Parts: sequence; C-alpha cells; structure tokens
Amino acid sequence: MKKKFKLQDLDCANCAQKMEDAIKKIEGVSDATVNFMMQKMTIDADDDKFDDIMKQVVDTCRKVEPDCVILM
Amino acid sequence: MGSLTKKQKQTLLRIIVTFVLFAALFVCEHTGVFAPLPWWAEIVIFAVPYIIIGYDIVIKAFKNIAHGQVFDENFLMLVATVAAFCIGECSEAVAVMLFYQVGELFQSYAVGKARRSITDLMEIVPEYANVEYDGEIEQVDPDEVEVGDIIVIKPGERIPLDAVITEGETMIDTAALTGESVPRRASVGDEIISGCINGSGTIKAQVTKAFEDSTVTRILELVENAGSKKAKVENFITRFAKVYTPVVTIAALILAVVPSLITGQWGEWIARACTFLVISCPCALVISVPLGFFGGIGAASRCGILVKGGNYLEAVSSITTVVFDKTGTLTKGEFKVNDIRPESGCTKEELLETAALAECYSDHPIAISVREAYGKPISTQRVSEAGETAGHGVSALVDGKRVLLGNLGLMQDNGIDAVGLECAGTVIYAAADGRYLGSIVISDGIKDGSAEAIRSLKASGVKRTVMLTGDRKAEADAVSAELGLDDHFSELLPADKVGIVEKLLGECGKDDRLAFVGDGINDAPVLARADVGIAMGSMGSDAAIEAADIVIMDDDLGKIPVIMRIAAKTMRIVRENIVFALGVKLAVLVLGALGLANMWLAVFADVGVAVIAILNSMRTLSARR
Repeated sequence: MKKKFKLQDLDCANCAQKMEDAIKKIEGVSDATVNFMMQKMTIDADDDKFDDIMKQVVDTCRKVEPDCVILM
Repeated sequence: MGSLTKKQKQTLLRIIVTFVLFAALFVCEHTGVFAPLPWWAEIVIFAVPYIIIGYDIVIKAFKNIAHGQVFDENFLMLVATVAAFCIGECSEAVAVMLFYQVGELFQSYAVGKARRSITDLMEIVPEYANVEYDGEIEQVDPDEVEVGDIIVIKPGERIPLDAVITEGETMIDTAALTGESVPRRASVGDEIISGCINGSGTIKAQVTKAFEDSTVTRILELVENAGSKKAKVENFITRFAKVYTPVVTIAALILAVVPSLITGQWGEWIARACTFLVISCPCALVISVPLGFFGGIGAASRCGILVKGGNYLEAVSSITTVVFDKTGTLTKGEFKVNDIRPESGCTKEELLETAALAECYSDHPIAISVREAYGKPISTQRVSEAGETAGHGVSALVDGKRVLLGNLGLMQDNGIDAVGLECAGTVIYAAADGRYLGSIVISDGIKDGSAEAIRSLKASGVKRTVMLTGDRKAEADAVSAELGLDDHFSELLPADKVGIVEKLLGECGKDDRLAFVGDGINDAPVLARADVGIAMGSMGSDAAIEAADIVIMDDDLGKIPVIMRIAAKTMRIVRENIVFALGVKLAVLVLGALGLANMWLAVFADVGVAVIAILNSMRTLSARR
C-alpha cells in the first residue's frame, strides 16, 4: 500500500535525504521518498504491518531530524 | 516578514536578544572591562548568550550522538564552538553560533518562500463542486462526485472535474493549465477540463471522470513526483554530500593534531581546525541544486509544459536533434481546401459550389472541408439522387446536371478526360454532364507558428530537425520544404518510426540528445524510445501523458523553444551554484589551513554561501513566456 504524509518543519535537505535512506532500511518498506520541496513523504509498505511500520518510521524520523513532525 | 512560522519567530527573537547582549559584551571586552577578572569569568559571561542562541543545537547534537550520527552539522558546530571557548576565543564562539542561526533562519525563510511560489503555481485544485441532485444544488467535495453526475459551474469558479457541457455557453480560462491567456469558447457538447476557470456564463456539465482520474489530479501527481526523477547533477551532489562531511571532519582532526604535535602550538591549530568544522556541511549544494530543478519544473508548468523530472530538464538542455511527427504536430490534423483549379469555361466559385452541393450529404472529412471552404448555406433542394462510391467519390444530380466528384479513377471509369495532378495533398476531380470542370486540392494545413518554432529551435542550438510521416512522399516533401526541415521520412508505418528514431539516435554524438515530438496518438513507443519524448495537444489524453517525458498542454509548437530556454537557464544556474559553493568552500578551507581565514569567514562560507545559492536558484522560477 502506498500512502502520503505531510511533513512539518523539514528545514534541511540533507536531513530529508538521510530520512529517506533510513526509512528505506526499515523492514517491510518496499519504497520511500522524502520530498524536501513539497514537504511530503510517500511510503510504500506491506498492508498488514502498515501501522507497525509507521511507528518505526516516526521513530526513525525523530532520530534523524528531531524538529520534523509527520502529520498523520 | 509576516509569513514566518512559529519556530522561525522564536529563532528571530533569540537572535535579537543574543545580538544585543553580544554587542554589549563585545564592547566591554574591547574596552578592557574584563581585564581584572579571572580567566574563567569571561567564559561564564559569554556562555550566557551562547546558551540562549545555541541551546537547541547543543541538545540536538547530543541527541544525534546518542543515535549514532557523528557527522551531524549540529555536533560539528558544537565541537567548533566549544573548542573556540577552550582556546579563549569566547566572542568568536558566540558570534559563530549567532551567525549560524541567522543563516539558518534566512535559509529556512528562503526555502519556504521558494516552496510557496512553486506551490502557488499549482493552485489548480478545485475545493468544491456544485452537484445537481434532483434539481437541488449541493456543494460537495470533488472527491465525492461520481461519473455521470451533473455539476453546475458558475462564472469565476474553477472547473472541479473533467466533464462535458450539457447546458449553457461560456468562455473558459485555461491559463493555469496551458499558459494560454486567451480564453476559449465552449458550449454544449464541448469537453471541459478540470483546473480551468469558468469565465462568463453559468454552465451545467456531465462529469466524465472521477476526481482521482481527472486532469488536475494527474497533473499535480506528475509535478509532485517530478522530484523523484533526479538529474545526473543531483545524484552527483547527493553522493558528494555523503563523503564531503566525513572527509572535511577527518581533515579537521588531522589539522588539529598533527601540526600541533610537531610545533606544540595547540591553540593555533585547533582554531584552524574549527574553521574546517564550520564549513563541513554541504547544505548549500544539497538545497540549492534540487531547488533549481524544482524551480525550472515550476516555471515550465506555469507556461503549460509539464516536465516529469529533473533528468528530462537536464536532457532537454542538450538536445541537438528534434524529430517531429507530421499530422497533428507540425500540421493541424484537419483537412482544408488549399487550391481550386477550374478548367477553362468554369470559375473557381462555380467549381466549389458544384462540389459543395454534390457533397452535401457526405460526412467524409474531405466533404466537410469542401463545404467549409464554400462557406455559404447549402440548399439541399437543388440536389437529388446523391450516391457514394466507396473509395472513389460521390455522384449527384445538382440543378439537374449529373455531377461526378472523386478521384482520378472515378473520372477515367466514366470516360472523362481529366488531367492527373501531382502535388501535395488529396486531389478531387469534378465533372458535370460528362464535362470536366477542374480539380480541388485538399491538404492538411501547416499549423500557425510551426515555421517560426523550427527557426527558433535552430537558433537555440538544435542542429537537425526531422519529420516522420505515414503520408505520401509528395505531401511530405512539400511540408518539409515549407518549414525548412533538414530531413524527412515519408510513407512510414507506425512501427517504422521506432526504427528511424533508433537510427537517428545512433547518429547522435555521446552528449547529444534526441527529442521526439508527437501528439501521443499511435506514437507512444516512439515517445518512449527517444531521449526526451514530448507529447503535445494532449490535455486529457491518458496515453500521451503516460508515455511522454514532457507534456505540452496545448498544441503550440512554440513551447518547445520555451522549454529549451528554461532548461538551459536551469542548468546554467545549477552549475553556477555548484562552482560557486564548492569554490568558496575550497578557498576558505585552504585559507583556513594556512591560518588566513577566521571563524567569521568560515560561517560565511557555510550559511552565507547557502543563502546566496538559494537566492540564485530561485531565479529559475521566473522564466519568460
């Protein structure tokens, strides 16, 4: 399943790249993009574990860029 | 600066407070007020503004170390400033932090502004739809409207979904989608496209596509996803950014330790190493390069040109060969009477009138074009016994005369002495009561502005223009000569076109790119095969939008030179930024290592350069139409 999320306070393009790389490494995520310009994140992950995966995604983002909030 | 976010306002306040405090302390330091105090007092005093301005960076730095991110810019700023404190350069430490924050604020503001000006371009999303349910009008979310529903669109409202007009007449402003400023007239039976603005009259229309399939949704998705198809330069920058920070940091470490062990001047070399740490973030490049491409794509979409990714913009900038499909691209794709050649004893008007009357019952495109050329109302009472011989022509009794109208074969079959005409287009011959009247040449007219667009392409660096067509050679020769094309291939089957494009691709140099321009009908494989596939006149055509890399929303060939200009400008700005940012950083690194650059210069090389590069990137947004 593919889902889009808005991001708030994503101020650093380097961090966006780092977030994308880190999210792609999460198990069950088949693809992820963090769009710095649109401040949007697209995640393509397994349907049944989506909620679990999203929790990990939120954790990962907090680690990489504490300021950035995922609006869900 | 009314549009600052909450976070930005906070930072601004901290900057002002720190600046005032810092200025006061700076004056005290230089007038010798601190001289009688013990050495640690100065550190404590300067720590106050330092904490006010830098506490979030300190916190982030520690958090990120806990998460195992060593080469984080916050951490590096912390190391650089703490080191400055340690070697007694307290005011420098505060100043570096202060200016770093000023730069970050400015950077975040500039990026926000760029983001807004781009998303403004894409403000084509309709917010609501007026749906008519059993005579009652209800305002609903466009999402909820189903195919077949009747929607009402008032003057000034945005068309929410793709639909067909069932009632009313209006002028439609398509500027947001096509960049075309002249409104288009639309009445019952015409298709209207979501995202356009209804101009003058209230209309009712039947929805033809659900919101998620509508033109406006597809365009938005396309532009949003454009960022994921990265240009080579962008990928280079991403890779470069990954190694740049570790390399500079390690260099700083070596610079701090090795010469110090030899000379024993730890303070001096640590100070030099600090300048390295301050310059270690590749932000200027990481932000400005994608921003440049994003701006270029935004500017293009404002002109009614959709670009599916930065990589295509990069490719467009090195196009040297442009291959055109003929029908519907270079020509209008509609037949028109081009030449009327009456025999002696018959005038042009008579010939055309006879032909129009004889064709009055036919729906064939040729018949329609003859009637259009005649232009006067046709009295069907003058015509009787009309019949059609498929593939040959028509016959009818016009004002009591037996009229034959059709190809040369029809004339010869009826023993009429007609002279075969060798020219571009389709020729029909006419005869009345066995007497040859003359011929009418019908051809597909060349689009207005085609020739100018080709000249303009040549001026912007295209070396070779080629036309492909399935039409007869004579027709292709004529069109090609009129437009001044370099080459043309005629009588092709759709499958042959791919082969020819492949051959032309082989003839291109290594850094040259080939573009194919078509209307997306029957040429999807060619669009896909070319380096850059440009589909045009395809607003609402799914296949074309799918297959092409660049979609021109209206059918104006002049948009091709426009996109080439935008691409060239974007690439120039991106290259400027790379050279400028890397140049300044490298220069300051060298000066820093030699002890000629201080922390101030280093801060400029970091955030100052980033801000200048961002401002430069924003120039891509303002493309001339």
